[in-house]
Amino acid sequence: MTCEWRDKIEAYLDNELSQQDDLAMSQHLRGCQDCAAATLGSRKLKISIKRAASARFVPSPELQSKIRRVTAPRSSFLPSWLTGPAFATAAVVVVLLALGPWLRPHRQDLFAEIADLHVSTLASTNPIDVVSTDRHTVKPWFEGKLPFTFALPELQNSEFHLIGGRVAYIAQSPGAQLLFGIRKHQLSLLIFQERQPFTELSRTPKDSELLAFNLETWSDGGLRYVVISDASAEDVRTLGQLLRSAKP
Amino acid sequence: MPDDRRNAETFEALAIPLLAPLYNFAHWLTRNRDEAEDLVQETYVKALKGFPSFTPGTNFRAWMYRILRNTFLTSRTGLKTTVSLDDDENPVAEPAVNDDPESLLFARADQEEIGRALEQLPVAHREIILLCDVEEMSYKEIAELVGIPIGTVMSRLSRARRAMRSLLKATTQGVRQ
Repeated sequence: MTCEWRDKIEAYLDNELSQQDDLAMSQHLRGCQDCAAATLGSRKLKISIKRAASARFVPSPELQSKIRRVTAPRSSFLPSWLTGPAFATAAVVVVLLALGPWLRPHRQDLFAEIADLHVSTLASTNPIDVVSTDRHTVKPWFEGKLPFTFALPELQNSEFHLIGGRVAYIAQSPGAQLLFGIRKHQLSLLIFQERQPFTELSRTPKDSELLAFNLETWSDGGLRYVVISDASAEDVRTLGQLLRSAKP
Repeated sequence: MPDDRRNAETFEALAIPLLAPLYNFAHWLTRNRDEAEDLVQETYVKALKGFPSFTPGTNFRAWMYRILRNTFLTSRTGLKTTVSLDDDENPVAEPAVNDDPESLLFARADQEEIGRALEQLPVAHREIILLCDVEEMSYKEIAELVGIPIGTVMSRLSRARRAMRSLLKATTQGVRQ
């Protein structure tokens, strides 16, 4: 039972012994009944686990197509108006036409820039400059850094939590980027002064739920607010409502 | 630009075949479909973004698993589990190992029982068993992926398997009574 070879059984079964040891182990097993029985048991467990656990969970067709969209070379992994389903493209065209042809490039660029900003923030190792779950810490941090001030809501009775914030630039304008979390998702709230080109965001794109990100935007008190996330449309909307009800 | 495109094509060619095993691994880690889907998506977005820094010729599969694992650990579910990842030095009540002929035991344990036992393991144990027995990674690959010495891989693996056996023993004995 306390055979010196006993400790090597697992490495032997995992193919981790040197050639020499492997050979010696095989020979030993022929002579030692205890080790042979233990090896048999361990091998059975190893095989059973492999059989029970591999390919036990299979990615859904939806996930597969999402991942294909992420990896497809021509589309960057950001929501691309050009590579999405034809329906999404058509919907965007309708929205853009409604806004007037002169808006088209700006608006599109702006959404792409916002999505870019959100993704690069999440991918960064230091996504935020002021790390705090306390709005009374985060808000004052922006003082003197931005030419405006804004209100943050009380989140205690919601599922959301504040992660932190940083100064961000979109279309060469400084603004606040605040990161919120809900469950496993993170949401960016962007706040900028309402002026060109942000006024072009005046309508939330109807096709947004078809893209990889959900986005909600509104204007209030001279400020333009944008919430963007891969969280559900419901979550994005809820955070939007919380923010709109925030008292300065 | 042509470089970017080549990069993207290489990434696609390497990463798509890993979707099924990565998803399977993610689901075992999170034990939840939605979370596993989020985790996999986030992994691909991060990996594509970080792909220019990937050294060609090195182990792409291990690289993807490492991103997935790190993403999991920084997720809210993952954060709750990190404590149990460092428990190697601090032995928890170890299941008594007796030397019943185990071959008989596992003949009875069906796939569902094995799956249930695996789910009950602490995440660090579940993870190392999956990497070794399901993904068939070498100790060296696992050591690099998890960021622990090879010796710790061996002791953690051995501990995980012992825990697995005692869980299975408990269920099969429970059934017999």
